[in-house]
Amino acid sequence: MGESTLSWNPADDVRQLLHYPFMVHAFAAGTIVAIVAGLIGWYVTLRRQTFAAHTIAVMSFPGAAGAALASLPIAFGYYLACALAGVAIGAGRRVRSRESATIGAVQVAGLALGFLFLGLYGGVLEDLETLLFGSFLGIDTAQVLTLLAVAGAVLVTLALVGRPLLLASLDLQVARAWGLPVRALDMGFMLLLALAVAAISQLTGALLVFALLVAPAAAAQTLTGRPGLGLLVSVTIALAVVWGALALAYFSIYPLGFFVSSLAFTAYLLAKLGRAIAMNTRARRAMSLDGGRMSPAQAG
Amino acid sequence: MFAHEFVRNALLAGSAVSIAAGLVGWFVVLRGQVFAADALSHVAFVGAIAAAVIAIDERIGLFALTLALAAVMAGLGRRAQADDVTIGVVFSWVLGVGALLISLLSSSSSGGGGLIVANSLFGSVFALTSAQTLAAVALGAVVSLAAVALARPLLLASLDAELAALQGAPARVLAVLLLLLLGAVTAEGTQVVGALLVLGLIAAPAGAAQRLTARPYRGMVLSAAIALASVWGGVALAYAIPSLPAGSAIAGLAVGAFAAASLTAPAGRWLAARSRRRQLLKTASTIGS
Repeated sequence: MGESTLSWNPADDVRQLLHYPFMVHAFAAGTIVAIVAGLIGWYVTLRRQTFAAHTIAVMSFPGAAGAALASLPIAFGYYLACALAGVAIGAGRRVRSRESATIGAVQVAGLALGFLFLGLYGGVLEDLETLLFGSFLGIDTAQVLTLLAVAGAVLVTLALVGRPLLLASLDLQVARAWGLPVRALDMGFMLLLALAVAAISQLTGALLVFALLVAPAAAAQTLTGRPGLGLLVSVTIALAVVWGALALAYFSIYPLGFFVSSLAFTAYLLAKLGRAIAMNTRARRAMSLDGGRMSPAQAG
Repeated sequence: MFAHEFVRNALLAGSAVSIAAGLVGWFVVLRGQVFAADALSHVAFVGAIAAAVIAIDERIGLFALTLALAAVMAGLGRRAQADDVTIGVVFSWVLGVGALLISLLSSSSSGGGGLIVANSLFGSVFALTSAQTLAAVALGAVVSLAAVALARPLLLASLDAELAALQGAPARVLAVLLLLLLGAVTAEGTQVVGALLVLGLIAAPAGAAQRLTARPYRGMVLSAAIALASVWGGVALAYAIPSLPAGSAIAGLAVGAFAAASLTAPAGRWLAARSRRRQLLKTASTIGS
């Protein structure tokens, strides 16, 4: 893509971007990925399950290696490994949710199996970079359609259980008192996360899916506490990040992964900064109202 | 097996790193900071690549970036313990920078780029030189001694920060020190078992120990012992079975110990409760008669 250059005419740039079918596919897939990651990620950050999300994301390595060893389709390996990890984490989750050793053990078990599969397979990990950081450029129509189907399943499930899941995520005791199946919701969300991660990481790689899941959602959580608005903001930021990164990667020689994670990180920093400024002005106003008794630290 | 120098080096370095990882890991698990350990281990790999890009010793980059991130995590969040979401955001960005560095490395035509990436990801316990072994032993000893020396105040600060503050134990300083120790263990462990599996030595033995005993000092010793046994067993297994990667064998044994402890601990508790119940019934019946 060395000959593509950025001009000062935005319409021209967009025409250039969408000139090749592979870029159209990349934008279509990226849009679906951003929507799914933005929605699921919002619940992940709300439930403080980033470690679980990361662990499921790296399961693409044993999944791919195991599928290669058993000569199964790679996609099958992704879905199976992610689902198994999701079930293991869900089953190992105790009442003490800070207990993170189980998730760590699941991750290490998966990675150790991955190395074992790779050793038994005897192959060299040629596509390490693709496995870790993905490749948006080789996407065909069938992959976009599969992604669309997974996204549809995720959206329908969230539409059905989004509300009870929200309650169970925010207040376990109240959710129990309302008679919600808290354990089933917990396990169900793990499986939904596994499905989404398996579908997305085939395109984005194990490491980028994590950036898309966590950073836009964390920025949205920083900006607003309202669930509906938060989900919308999270998806919007994820979309902006993916579109921006695809465009930047197209016009430069640097990898997409760098742009996705950097844009997502920038969005998070801006959200934090905006919130800090808003808090500061509010605290100052409050202080001037009550004669300086309230410190800014209390307001934060 | 012991006649080979590379096996002796592997066992020496592995022992030092595993004892340090077991001790530090016990506190990490107690404080629910396993995700921080996970983030540090992935960042260690980016540090190694960064060092390769600017052509300095791989280990300098490894330690510099790992310790820097440990300090950043300590600086963020309350009680020097960053929130999981914050860790996730920062660390996913560092991984993205890693993607950039890998592409810089592979385009700089040095050719050895792929090897460095693979080495830092997967570690190579059988490829340690005598100098590297010596460094691992020294670092392991320093970290272990520091963990033992800090054990009492750190324990107090982890369990009850307010009481610790009353007794003059600075919880914040202790938390920062623990993260720095963790960073050092992670960076050293990356060379032995690899960035992706070093978490196995930190989280799994400690998790197993905490399921088996609630007593702090016994737990720490048990954690270090399980980590040590995993390394020795893993090295022996990998030596006997050439197709088995050493890192996989070590991590597999550690996770196996964790799984066994998770499954047997409830059974042990149930047995203890039953014998206590029987004792009570017997006492009650003797009082009743």
